[in-house]
Amino acid sequence: MSEAVASNLDTPKSGLPGLVNDWTADKQTYHVPWGKAMMWIFLVSDTFIFSCFLVGYMTVRMTTAEPWPLPTDVFALSMFGSDPIPLILIAIMTFILITSSGTMALAVNYGYRGDKRKTMYLMLATAALGASFVGMQVFEWSKLIGEGVRPWGNPWGAPQFGSVFFMVTGFHGLHVTGGVIYLAVVARKVAKGHYDKKGYEIVEIAGLYWHFVDLVWVFIFAFFYLW
Amino acid sequence: MSADVGQQHPLGIYLKIWILLFVLSTLSYLVDYIGFQGYLRWTLILVFMFLKAGFIIAIFMHVMWERMALVLTILGPPVALLFLIGAMAIEGDYTFGARVDYFGANPNAEPLPVTHIGGHEEEAH
Repeated sequence: MSEAVASNLDTPKSGLPGLVNDWTADKQTYHVPWGKAMMWIFLVSDTFIFSCFLVGYMTVRMTTAEPWPLPTDVFALSMFGSDPIPLILIAIMTFILITSSGTMALAVNYGYRGDKRKTMYLMLATAALGASFVGMQVFEWSKLIGEGVRPWGNPWGAPQFGSVFFMVTGFHGLHVTGGVIYLAVVARKVAKGHYDKKGYEIVEIAGLYWHFVDLVWVFIFAFFYLW
Repeated sequence: MSADVGQQHPLGIYLKIWILLFVLSTLSYLVDYIGFQGYLRWTLILVFMFLKAGFIIAIFMHVMWERMALVLTILGPPVALLFLIGAMAIEGDYTFGARVDYFGANPNAEPLPVTHIGGHEEEAH
C-alpha cells in the first residue's frame, strides 16, 4: 500500500490540478492510509446522523406552539450553596472536551515523533478527560430526571424538550464513551510497541474521531444550550 | 514516504489553536451569562460556533493540509444539509403558523419558571 501511495506522489500537483489528477490518474485517489480514508468516510456519514438530529430539533422547536423551556435556567446549577449559575456545568463540560482535544492533538504529534511514552500518556489523559465528561453528563441526566424531565414531558413547557435533550446528548455521550474505549485500546497498543514498524497513523486516525466528537459538541452547545 | 503520508507540524500551532478555542468557548459562554437577546445573541452564537468548528476541522483534524480530493470528499456532501435546513425551516414556519391560526395556540406563551432541587433547599430537608 505504501508503495502505491509513493508511486503517485512523484510529482504531486496541489490544488485544482491535483484534484483532477487524483481522480483521473487511474490510481488510488486518496493519498492517505486506507484506515484514515475510511475514518473520514465514517465521520462524514456520522455528520449526517447528527445533522438529522439537530435539524429535527430545529423543526420541533420551530413548530411547537408551546413555550420552549429556557436552557439558561434549566441547566443552571448552584455550586457550594451559591445562587444558581446559568449553564455552569455545561461550560465546564465544554472546557473539558476542548482540553481533551488539545491533549489528543499533542498525542498525534508525539506519535509521529516516535515518542511512545508521551503519546501513551497524552492519549490516556484524553481518555480520562472524556470519561469525566461522561460522568458529568450522567450527573446532568440524573438531575433533570429528578426534576421530572422525561422524553414525553417536563414541568416547564414544550414536551419535546426532553426527547431532544435525551436523544441528542445521549447519542453524543455514546460517542464519547466509545471514544474513551477506542483511545484506551490504541494507547495500550502504542505502549506495547505495536506501531513501531507500521507507523503511527493509527494515532492520527483515533485523533480524527476524537476531534469529531468535540466538533459535534460545539454544535450541540450552540444550538441546544445557548440558543 | 512517511513525511508525505503523516501529518507532522510544529507543536506551537496546536498550542495557539488550543488557547484560541478556550477563548472562543469563554466568549460563547459569556453570551449566555451576560444575557444578550435577539439577533445579537444568535449572531454571536453562530460566529463563535463557526470559528471553533473551523479551527478544529482545519488545524486539529489537519484538513487544511490535506489534498483537495480528500478535502472536497469531506466538506462537499454536507453542503446538501443546507437544503434540508432550508426546507425544514420553511415547513416548520408554516406548521407553527397553522397551529396559531387554526388551532388557537398562543404564539407568545412563556415557559414556566424553573425551580431547582439542591442548593439551600436540599439541605433543609
